[in-house]
Amino acid sequence: MTKPISVAAKTRQIVKKHGGGKSAMIAVLQDIQEAFNYLPKEALKTAAKAMNVPMSRVYEAATFYTAFSLKPRGKHIVKICKGTACHVRGAAILQDRFETTLGIKPGQTTADGNFSLETVNCVGACALGPVVVINADYHGQVTINKVDKIIKKINEEGAQS
Amino acid sequence: MVNMMIDGKKVSAPKGTMLLESIRGAGIAVPTLCAHEAISRSGACRLCVVEIKKGNRTRIVTSCLYGVEEGLIVDTKSERVLNVRRLVMELLLARCPESDVLQKMARDMGVEPQPRYAVDTDKGKCILCRSCVRVCEEVVGVSAIGLFSRGSYKEVGTPYNEKSDVCIGCGACVYVCPTGHIEMISTGDKRKIWGRTFKMQACSKCGKFFAPVDQLKFISKKTGTSMEELSVCTECR
Repeated sequence: MTKPISVAAKTRQIVKKHGGGKSAMIAVLQDIQEAFNYLPKEALKTAAKAMNVPMSRVYEAATFYTAFSLKPRGKHIVKICKGTACHVRGAAILQDRFETTLGIKPGQTTADGNFSLETVNCVGACALGPVVVINADYHGQVTINKVDKIIKKINEEGAQS
Repeated sequence: MVNMMIDGKKVSAPKGTMLLESIRGAGIAVPTLCAHEAISRSGACRLCVVEIKKGNRTRIVTSCLYGVEEGLIVDTKSERVLNVRRLVMELLLARCPESDVLQKMARDMGVEPQPRYAVDTDKGKCILCRSCVRVCEEVVGVSAIGLFSRGSYKEVGTPYNEKSDVCIGCGACVYVCPTGHIEMISTGDKRKIWGRTFKMQACSKCGKFFAPVDQLKFISKKTGTSMEELSVCTECR
């Protein structure tokens, strides 16, 4: 890790990379989210100023897309697919299992900041259903037993590093 | 100039203008909520729909956004048009049952609240036409407000619902709002809007409170007019 850099400074760096103006806004927001795992208020305000776009326009975009989160999220983001195919193959039961194991509802983050739970509409891997995406890893044909194994594995990996 | 037939009347209109102007120019009434002369058109309220005929095909379009065309045959009161308009009105009424403007419009059109639509109780009088947002951006030039979230959660407001530091309290959004959703309370030397209280400027001649100090400061900065000159109300000037 390099030395910590303030939210505002990092945001200005991101805006500089994409250039100012309205057309770069989505790319800037995506990079901010990648850097902080969510969109901090300070970052949005700094970005609006640096891009020379009104704060209301930035906030409109940030609240419109479900891919953007305005709340801090956990280290690992669990996305349960609730598309038609996954739903038919038992996504609801999986969601239940994740909720009870992690003790959170969709949209929430565990107290230790490790997991966030989200539901998504379709990840385009219907043949693998029910699908759960954790960070960038796709888990296909997930069962209740697999849920516990996946969480255990992530927790162990976290303990090692 | 292009020539059209509107409800059987021959009408000509300059190229580049919208159908709504031609229709109204011909003395035909069309209900609208979001079309306002001060701001750009958005076709949000959908009440201005008319039926157009080109060749053998007819189509329903929003007249406020449809450019005039040579040989167009327009029907503003066909059964199809009235059906669409009634449906739009029923939906608007279900969203904003408390709006007196909508109630009156509905009565004039002979539309009654439909039991098949669940009535919204949390949307106020806002029909999401974006007129206030556009006037704030296009006319005032501060963009203090916006429409946030999406779908059934969409609502008008300031970012994070906080007191805006760019709002000048001018009340243009209140003026342009067709249904009276936005609340502005002016009492003596104070004006409250969007959760923020503005100090009002008293006229240096008659002593009447006539505009928020922040608005005058904004105008002064933009035009270079001195604050002293701006401290006289429009009636005393």
